[in-house]
Amino acid sequence: MASEKDLNLEATELRLGLPGTSDESAKNQTSATPRSNKRALPQESMTSNISTASKNCDQETAPHTKAQVVGWPPIRSYRKNSLQPKKSEAEISGIYVKVSMDGAPYLRKIDLKVFKGYPELLKALEDMFKFKAGEYSEREGYNGSEFVPTYEDKDGDWMLVGDVPWEMFTSCCKKLRIMKGSEARGLGCVV
Amino acid sequence: MGSSELKRSKDSVSDESARRSSFPDEVLERVLSLLKSHRDRSSVSLVCKDWYNAERWSRTHVFIGNCYSVTPEIVARRFPRIRSVTLKGKPRFSDFNLVPENWGADIHAWLVVFAAKYPFLEELRLKRMAISDESLEFLAISFPNFKALSLLSCDGFSTNGLAAIATHCKNLTELDIQENGIDDKGGSWLSCFPERFMSLEVLNFANLTSDINFDALEKLVGRCKSMRVLKLNRSVSLEQLQRLLVSAPQLAELGTGSFSQELTIREYEELESTLSICKNMHTLSGLWDAKGIYLPALYPACSHLTFLNLSYAALQSVELAKLLAHCPRLKRLWVLDTVEDKGLEAVGLNCPLLEELRVFPADPFDDEIVHGVTEAGFVAVSFGCPRLHYVLYFCRQMTNAAVATIVQNCPDFTHFRLCIMNPGQPDYLTNEPMDEAFGAVVKTCTKLQRLSVSGLLTDLTFEYIGRYAKNLETLSVAFAGRSDWGMQCVLGGCSKLRKLEIRDCPFGNAALLSGLEKYESMRSLWMSACNVTMNGCRLLAREMPRLNVEVMKEDGSDESQADKVYVYRSIAGPRRDAPPSVLTL
Repeated sequence: MASEKDLNLEATELRLGLPGTSDESAKNQTSATPRSNKRALPQESMTSNISTASKNCDQETAPHTKAQVVGWPPIRSYRKNSLQPKKSEAEISGIYVKVSMDGAPYLRKIDLKVFKGYPELLKALEDMFKFKAGEYSEREGYNGSEFVPTYEDKDGDWMLVGDVPWEMFTSCCKKLRIMKGSEARGLGCVV
Repeated sequence: MGSSELKRSKDSVSDESARRSSFPDEVLERVLSLLKSHRDRSSVSLVCKDWYNAERWSRTHVFIGNCYSVTPEIVARRFPRIRSVTLKGKPRFSDFNLVPENWGADIHAWLVVFAAKYPFLEELRLKRMAISDESLEFLAISFPNFKALSLLSCDGFSTNGLAAIATHCKNLTELDIQENGIDDKGGSWLSCFPERFMSLEVLNFANLTSDINFDALEKLVGRCKSMRVLKLNRSVSLEQLQRLLVSAPQLAELGTGSFSQELTIREYEELESTLSICKNMHTLSGLWDAKGIYLPALYPACSHLTFLNLSYAALQSVELAKLLAHCPRLKRLWVLDTVEDKGLEAVGLNCPLLEELRVFPADPFDDEIVHGVTEAGFVAVSFGCPRLHYVLYFCRQMTNAAVATIVQNCPDFTHFRLCIMNPGQPDYLTNEPMDEAFGAVVKTCTKLQRLSVSGLLTDLTFEYIGRYAKNLETLSVAFAGRSDWGMQCVLGGCSKLRKLEIRDCPFGNAALLSGLEKYESMRSLWMSACNVTMNGCRLLAREMPRLNVEVMKEDGSDESQADKVYVYRSIAGPRRDAPPSVLTL
């Protein structure tokens, strides 16, 4: 019964193949591509390449992704591979910086790109290192805390986190250091 | 020495057709030795036996377009004096992972014969061949006069093989490692060039990823005063580039390393002034991660540039426009589609001498992002560059009208490769198939030799191709056509067709078998994910014994389906080194 139903579906489906050909592979396709964007491109569903590719596709994620076709677009793999590393350095992907904390045995790394602004960044740092940064004010720096978040900028200077606009900060921050309050006297921190 | 003189001698020989040629062999050989084109040589060899012999004794370079069409023994028997070999192996679709691993095209058997018959071999140029480190070492020690090695789209080797070449080839002038499937184990191979070694003229390691010993490189470049081509890999910084250029201002072709190191003002000015003395530079490439602010350093070196390869530098339109303003003599340009239509407008405005344009997609698999180039960019280039004859264009939308305009502006296309990246996509404005676009191309561009089609195409496209593309030699088809008739039109109409590669099209046995007579005049046919069956292939193999018919099966496919078919003419007979996944019928 089920196979008859399948055949009916195939009979009415828009296809490129000659009628009566590739029944087997078509059956594979109808089972493997239930959620791919078939209406947009009926011709695309014709190939066994697509059915293998969609089997490999993560079935749960992104209902909009079309099944990727093997070897298409026709670009040499060496070219594709050469482009990828570039992406991780660009603004499009993450900005990973080291984070050290005075007294901690090892450093951590965080991606500045995932935060929208200082509050989120500070919260993440507080969670990661189990400390409290205190209240930030332009005049007094971080009030009411033993620890002060600082960063090293492009010129190699150590700056207080929060003084410059967020965008500027993410573009010039080289690394972060959570300084002990006793050392941060000169940065205007009141302990 | 022109072909007219040859023609005259040809006539006189045919007049005395039954008698021996009165032309002394040595003179004939001397005359023929000036012929370089292998097609001319093939024609010459067909004139008569004397000419055949004179040609074979005077030939020094042999070009073998399909390594399985002939055996190395046959080549060596016919041509005793070869010094330079060009060999191509796997079908082109292997570049896109459509050919199984271990398919073949191993160079070793060839090297063994060459070592015996051509001990004075100087040059080897390989494309899509499998080559192991052992083979590279064998090459390095077997040919004392070896001068030039060029590898493109090859695989099976690592940087250890390169080390062997560097160590043993005392007369090396050219080491050209283009895009290959190389196992990059580190950069120490470069340090293997002996201290006294200074003959290198061409060094290309741009597509290797590991760091090389910069000190060794700097010394090597300093010693090799005849170096004219230097293509660095990404690991070489701007500052290191500047130091290299100081010892090699004579470079004609430069591939930079990474173009994005943080420079001080002084370092930038040093780079700029070093580049400005590179007045011989006609080719520039590399420029990985190019930062817009550093590109002006290149401007002074661009005045004589004829080939600019920016396909690894994701430039924006404004950056490209500024750079092109300094490249008035540009003939060939390769870019990423990050430059968008606006960048291509700048091409049209600044490069009136442009003959070749290739636009590669920066994000080929991301169709969520609507970036890249459209038909507008291509049209803009065509208005500004009437000499354009070679194009490779990856885009996400195209119209029939745009292509018609393009070929009207540029009727001299010899290579038209258009890739609309969404398979089977129609004209986005009219929603019609793209038949008329390619119809316009083949009707207008009478010199067309190579065509790649894409988009939604019915059999009409192929009717047009068969009817008008009389000079077509290479055709690539994907996700196109409606019935066998399409392929039949092409096989019946394109008299000069040599290579036909088809994937994911509804062409079946009738189409395959309609080309029975034709395949012997072609180099090869590739059909994958079409409707060809094993029976169809068996029939072809039976009818045409001088063709090799090979079928590659996919896992889990129907027994009767011939998933991938590769057909090629051969005087070597069926090959004996096919892996189990390749069936020879």
